[in-house]
Amino acid sequence: MASINQTGAGIRLPNFCNLGVMLRALIVVNLFVFAAAAMRTRTLEGYWYEFLLLAAFVEPVLILSLVVLCAARRPLHAVGYVPAIFAISIFELVVSWGMSEAYVAFFPDVPPLPFPLVAFLALFATLVTLLYFDMRARALSPAVAEARIQALQARIRPHFLYNSINAALSFIRSEPRKAERVLEDLADLFRVLMADNRTLAPLGKEVDLARQYLAIEQLRLGERLRIKWNVDAMPADALVPPLILQPLVENAVYHGIEPSDGGGEIAIDIRRDGERVLMILTNPFSGTNGHPGGNKMAMANIRERLQLHFDVEATMRSEVTGGQYRVTIRVPYITGDSQ
Amino acid sequence: MTLAQAEVPRILIADDEAPARSRLRDLLDECRPEFPLAIVDEAKTGREALDVVNREKIDIVLLDIRMPDMDGIEAARHLAGMVAPPAIIFTTAFDTYALKAFEVNAIDYLLKPIRQERLLAALRKTQGGNAVSRAALDAAANQPRRHLSVHERGKIHLVPVSDVLYLRAELKYVTVRTAEREFIVEESLTRLEEEFGAAFMRIHRNCLVHRTAIAGFEKNVAESESGWAVVIRDTDERLPVSRRQQHIVKEFR
Repeated sequence: MASINQTGAGIRLPNFCNLGVMLRALIVVNLFVFAAAAMRTRTLEGYWYEFLLLAAFVEPVLILSLVVLCAARRPLHAVGYVPAIFAISIFELVVSWGMSEAYVAFFPDVPPLPFPLVAFLALFATLVTLLYFDMRARALSPAVAEARIQALQARIRPHFLYNSINAALSFIRSEPRKAERVLEDLADLFRVLMADNRTLAPLGKEVDLARQYLAIEQLRLGERLRIKWNVDAMPADALVPPLILQPLVENAVYHGIEPSDGGGEIAIDIRRDGERVLMILTNPFSGTNGHPGGNKMAMANIRERLQLHFDVEATMRSEVTGGQYRVTIRVPYITGDSQ
Repeated sequence: MTLAQAEVPRILIADDEAPARSRLRDLLDECRPEFPLAIVDEAKTGREALDVVNREKIDIVLLDIRMPDMDGIEAARHLAGMVAPPAIIFTTAFDTYALKAFEVNAIDYLLKPIRQERLLAALRKTQGGNAVSRAALDAAANQPRRHLSVHERGKIHLVPVSDVLYLRAELKYVTVRTAEREFIVEESLTRLEEEFGAAFMRIHRNCLVHRTAIAGFEKNVAESESGWAVVIRDTDERLPVSRRQQHIVKEFR
């Protein structure tokens, strides 16, 4: 099973292909450019000129670096942290040197910076950026260790557990086979709940889990619970944080189906949308149920775990339109092979 | 029906989940040798439970807390207003809020899955005659009722709170006015204001008007001390606004 580089234990290099990492690298390096431009001038007009000159030098280096680092992330992770830093530093020096040569050709009027200075600045920016990512990973890692506990907190409500056991008990005499099914499904659900949930899991398994959960709810609620699956086109191999679908489905049952006399329909749509995986869950919304708050906790937890694993590349949105409550989650499409 | 059957406690099972109802049936059957009883009917919502109680003579209601349409706590509050209410045994799988409130107000309940011994003990306790009090149920509830209950000739008649135009305190009771007719409930206006305060507006020491029932205000009304009166929609009634509450005329505009 693949672990996410950024959050895996002991790995201190960021996942250079992550949009959030790229964005942070861009911001950090450009802050240096801002500062450097300010050092080299005294007046405001001079400042913008200086900034543009520096940016014209730095941005190509930066963008080229990000592309190459993304492409080379696997060998970099393979050689270990210290050799990887050496490799990246040497690479940055070479790129900066190439860029200084090109710079002279493009802007013959501008007096070129001496190469030792360029080399020093390039190394400084590289190392500080890497140090920033290292510190960020360390700051987040306790949260990673907690992700497992959090996944447990987002989990199955006690309400569901006791009602399911009660349902199993009621079937034991009249329909023993049904009682067995409930207990088997419950066992599977809890196996996932008790598992190590720090690593990503295939979407197919998440969907199976939600199906098992709904099978139990179906026995309890009968015709009141109607489910429309639209997952034929889903990429079953896509990796997602474990336990993101089941809590959402549980919310839908608890807030959308149970309080309604005639029941209702839960629709689950999962499909691939280019480089994204799109998950949409819809359920009826009555607006009046006596259990506010519980919903928000599970949602906040899922949002947090999505962010932990995918940074800015994952989004989650919920809205109420025309008596329907809808949750939309977008995550990047990654598989075990693409890691 | 034989005489012996007529004398045993008559039980109603109220739970929205079919498996839960059938489990209770099994357990009650097992209690029979030690505690003769008759299972009269089943209900899937609080409202259905009230319907059954209106139709049949019920001595004990096994009442699930979380049910659609009307939850067990609201149903119990309506039942408690009856002259001879049935004994109520609450059942629940898990409900943090309700359980805490029940503990505080000393209301008994059974946790699902229910053990036969616990059920038997609860059934026996109902014969002691200390029924759950209306006040305890009111205190344990965490949301306003959606209906007021009017008790006429031993039947529970529900009036949706959204249909109420105004509530007016008389000497010992409160008159409930809907577009169709008037009802009398034995509750205090102060308690009703606490419970439904958000939906109603106090226009006078003795009167709460539903916000949606206000069609407008009229000036220079002789019998009003402030000169203002509320015009109630769907009726030709005018209700005086007291001098103290005169500020609502401005606020409402």
